[in-house]
Amino acid sequence: MDLLSTVDWSRAQFALTAMYHWLFVPLTIGLSLIVAIMETIYYRTGDERWKGLTKFWMTLFGINFAIGVATGLILEFEFGTNWSNYSWFVGDIFGAPLAIEGIFAFFLEATFVAVMFFGWKKVSPGFHLAATWLTAFGVALSAWWILVANAWMQYPVGMEFDPDQMRNVMTDFSAVALSPVAVNKFFHAVFSTWTLAGVFVAGVSAWMLWRKRNVEASRLSLRIASWVGLAGIFLTLWTGDGSAVNVAKVQPMKLAAMEGLYDGKVGQELVGFGFVNTDKRPGDSLPAIKAEISIPYGLSVLANHDPHSFVPGINDLIEGVSLTPQGDTVNTVSYAERIRMGRTAREALAEYGQARQAGDDAAAAAALKTVRENYRYFGYGYFDNPEDAVPPVAMTFYSFRVMVVTGGYLLLLFIALVFISYRKTSLLERSWLHWLCIISIPLVWICSQAGWVLAEVGRQPWTIQDLLPVQAAVSAIPADNVVLTFCLFAVLFTMLLAAEISIMLRYISRKSKTDIMA
Amino acid sequence: MNPLKKIYRFYSEGFRAMTVGRTLWLVIIVKLLLMFAVIRLLFMPDILGRLDSDAERAEAVRHSLTTPGKHDSTSKTSCIWISYQP
Repeated sequence: MDLLSTVDWSRAQFALTAMYHWLFVPLTIGLSLIVAIMETIYYRTGDERWKGLTKFWMTLFGINFAIGVATGLILEFEFGTNWSNYSWFVGDIFGAPLAIEGIFAFFLEATFVAVMFFGWKKVSPGFHLAATWLTAFGVALSAWWILVANAWMQYPVGMEFDPDQMRNVMTDFSAVALSPVAVNKFFHAVFSTWTLAGVFVAGVSAWMLWRKRNVEASRLSLRIASWVGLAGIFLTLWTGDGSAVNVAKVQPMKLAAMEGLYDGKVGQELVGFGFVNTDKRPGDSLPAIKAEISIPYGLSVLANHDPHSFVPGINDLIEGVSLTPQGDTVNTVSYAERIRMGRTAREALAEYGQARQAGDDAAAAAALKTVRENYRYFGYGYFDNPEDAVPPVAMTFYSFRVMVVTGGYLLLLFIALVFISYRKTSLLERSWLHWLCIISIPLVWICSQAGWVLAEVGRQPWTIQDLLPVQAAVSAIPADNVVLTFCLFAVLFTMLLAAEISIMLRYISRKSKTDIMA
Repeated sequence: MNPLKKIYRFYSEGFRAMTVGRTLWLVIIVKLLLMFAVIRLLFMPDILGRLDSDAERAEAVRHSLTTPGKHDSTSKTSCIWISYQP
């Protein structure tokens, strides 16, 4: 059996599933807010036009919700089948947030989504509005628990390894649920969904304007979408800055890969433009970036908010130079030493198990002491060379730039749309503006996906930072099985996506021919 | 009216009044059937769930994670659960 193939296919399968899942989720979260805002306007003004608008966007929310719901369950199947070592090793730390998410998702969403859709004539307007806001709150809260679990993998805190159970045991729930990485990740992800939904509503409204259908409804929708999108992109940029600071502190290797930075310095520049030299390896003298145009001091500012701070590169980190959580330069443990410590912990863990079976308490205690002393670098024990702990530089580098460039474009777009949506000039009748909004729909999804590619590829090879690399986390199942399920999921998710787009387009087309606000 | 009956009528009348929803429900039912009846049962077994107790699962993971050569960077072969006998 070829383990590397199993690892690679399992990773590809997880990436495929997560990326498809993230096509549906951000629209659900972001659109729920826009619908709630529209219904609030209806509730406060009593203007029936807003009720019609609310119902139109609520139906699109419902289509997306229905198609996307439960697609995340496939990820949980994959944990049990493809990542069984990981699933066991993380213990209740990963399971608890997912279980809470499941319960919240079921009770909050299933209850209040039903009131949203079925309750217009059956409950009071105030109760209905409350249900709509609770749905928006519920979907965001679901995201919180998922992102807590994800953040813990990138910054494992609040736990202790139990060698008898062979799993990490949660010792501090608040440290896990409120870690700075989790908090920042949650707000960054949720604000990005506001941006995405803003673009979606703006794009659909622009299409109706282009077809000269429901002009007033489209103008009003565009105005709400512009404000939500603008708030979303501003806050996404702000929390993105927080992400960069967090990454610099807790995952400096990800930051170095994101920049293709091998040898860091004080006052480190940011690569504004360039191509990754894929032949470059740690320790060699080849240039890392070709055709580079740099922004002076940019990376030092991004990482530490200090233009004269030091940012370690890949070679620095391998040799043992890093930053403290306060952002100060510090000599830390080299990767060669980490590998030695990881192997020591791994051997001691085996000895502990043997000693326990033999009933040799003294030997078990000695082995346990060694495990504890070396556990923080346990995962490095699976590497042969320090270079094995370096993430794929090119994909990390480019995904960061795709995210930033498309995010910058969306910021400009929303500033322009807010301005335009309040003017009664002919700008809103321009086809180029309509098409700019329409082509922005795929762009915002690309931006959103690029953010996740950066977050997840940049942390490779770790499933749990410093503790469990992918090759140790994976189950030894035949690669052929994983290839089969990969294809199965690719077909299933593509069909779901096609169904969603088809149902949405038909609905938008049909409704646009009637008076949406009636 | 009985509160449970009220809830039942709330949902049943809501479902009956759906227009786009009928197609959606078809998609949802086919999706859930595929996920749980086909994918979960036939293709995605819980590997550790095959073992009888948590103690055996812990021992299997210890065996997997501590056996030299398995899972190392250059490892091309492995035999985790398949060879493990509790």
